[in-house]
Amino acid sequence: MTSAARDFESSQDINIEKKMDSSRILDVGFVRLTLVLSIFAGILLILVILQTTEAALPAIQQFGLEFLVTSRWNPVENIFGVLPQIYGTLMTSLVALVFAVPLGIGTAIFLTEDFAPKWITVPIGFAIELIVAIPSVVLGLWGIFVLIPAVRPIFRAINESMKWFPLFGGPAPRGPSLLIVSLVLSIMICPIIASITRSTFESLPRNLRDGALALGATRWETILTVMIPAGLSGIVSSIMLAMGRALGETMVAAMISGNANRINISLMQPGSTITGLIASQFGEAGRLQVSALMYAGVVLMILTLVVNVLAEIVIRRFQNLEQ
Amino acid sequence: MNPNSVSGAMQTQSPKPTSYVFQIENLSVYYGSNPAVKNVSLKVPARQITAFIGPSGCGKSTVLRCFNRTNDLIPGARVEGKLTYHGKDLYAADVDPVSVRRHIGMVFQKPNPFPKSIYDNVAYGPRVLGMKVDLDEVVETSLKRAALWDEVKDKLKESGQSLSGGQQQRLCIARALAVQPDVILMDEPCSALDPISTRRIEELMKELEQDYTIIIVTHNMQQASRVSDMTAFFSVELVGSNRVGELVEFDKTEVIFNNPSKEATRDYVEGRFG
Repeated sequence: MTSAARDFESSQDINIEKKMDSSRILDVGFVRLTLVLSIFAGILLILVILQTTEAALPAIQQFGLEFLVTSRWNPVENIFGVLPQIYGTLMTSLVALVFAVPLGIGTAIFLTEDFAPKWITVPIGFAIELIVAIPSVVLGLWGIFVLIPAVRPIFRAINESMKWFPLFGGPAPRGPSLLIVSLVLSIMICPIIASITRSTFESLPRNLRDGALALGATRWETILTVMIPAGLSGIVSSIMLAMGRALGETMVAAMISGNANRINISLMQPGSTITGLIASQFGEAGRLQVSALMYAGVVLMILTLVVNVLAEIVIRRFQNLEQ
Repeated sequence: MNPNSVSGAMQTQSPKPTSYVFQIENLSVYYGSNPAVKNVSLKVPARQITAFIGPSGCGKSTVLRCFNRTNDLIPGARVEGKLTYHGKDLYAADVDPVSVRRHIGMVFQKPNPFPKSIYDNVAYGPRVLGMKVDLDEVVETSLKRAALWDEVKDKLKESGQSLSGGQQQRLCIARALAVQPDVILMDEPCSALDPISTRRIEELMKELEQDYTIIIVTHNMQQASRVSDMTAFFSVELVGSNRVGELVEFDKTEVIFNNPSKEATRDYVEGRFG
């Protein structure tokens, strides 16, 4: 560079153009537009929460927190409580995760760690993404007409041999039950876990794996001690997303849970979830009953909010570990 | 580059009575049906630094990856010919590639510390191999050997990825040393580093040479002439539309850089090609 020789006068010859008016307007306009849209999204959220709570107010005033621990839902006597539904909601989601987490992570590992040639993994990966596209009402029907008859003998055998265990107890299982809901939910959420975990593994640098293998670690040691810890935040967020989906899933629960308004510890027996309760009752509900359903909706929103906040905390913690 | 100045900078270590760690005979590596490198034959002497130089695509990294069987990890890769390690055939049917890698460590082009603490990075190998050792001691000696101890001894709990590039690469060297390997393979270990870090790694290699056999792939000819005792020059040949690597010349580094027997080698080390 010869800039040392350049004097001040000549540097003024450099012509820096003014910003064009039209692009200025576009810039400002775009910023304002996105600002309005994002504020609108926030307002929408607050409105939904406020108006649901408002509609729930009569029930909140009448039942208070007892609503959460009462296990009766009696429109005739106007006594409402959602304990069985809270139990059903949490239990079906949890059990669905018990099935879906190992399956989803296992699938992701299979698809990314060179266990099979591409002509096998590509179609499998594609099929898994497509499961997400199945409407839940179709899965519900499938649950009623295919899955329930198919697993009934298995459920009966488990129920007979393990009656002493509360989760499998009760009379011989017939059809709808919380466990059936969990199974169908796990089918719905497994692809979420599999595909997010898969892209997490794919985004990890390849030389991380090579580094572990070069130290004499086996393939499994590499997956368990390097790949999974390195991808933990992605795996955890996939699980949390899946859990949110399971908590909020309505159609499947309404169709195959049995909608039983009593608390039943056993997963083999008919139960009910908050979503199923609302979907099956709002049509012919009286005034206080609608308010009670709204209250149940508020409870569900708080439940999912708590789960999401917990998830956020967990993910942050893992991310800190990685840095 | 003036070849005469190279000899001045070159290590004038007296040639040791050598035994050979690796002996390669007619080694060819195929990716799919295309040969990546053909008919390589050479002997790697113990306790010395052997450098592989040559233009891109000449197969030097491919050959390096044969020594610890990391080519096995690439789908479709196939190795032909004979490769012995202390007289044992590395590609015999009953050889477990995992146990090969326990003796032959590797340092990669891009520093690749695990997303774990500095301590856990170095302790990873001994832990996963179930070595009955005092981990604290292994971590300390490995980091000292890798000339990193003084910089990190107060922050062993911090992430290995928080270090600078040069420090990360020395951490990776420490990690490789912790499993007490016999050989260390280095695949362009300095190509992502600044000159000062490069210099430190080169000094480190000269120290490690006392106890380890080192094979280094490098694009940097000065680096090869500075650190290595033996140099292998690879080149690329066009066979049809395929680029096939071949070993052109393998000799003492001084010979390769000052008095090579092949015209192609002379052209390359004098910077006329590649």
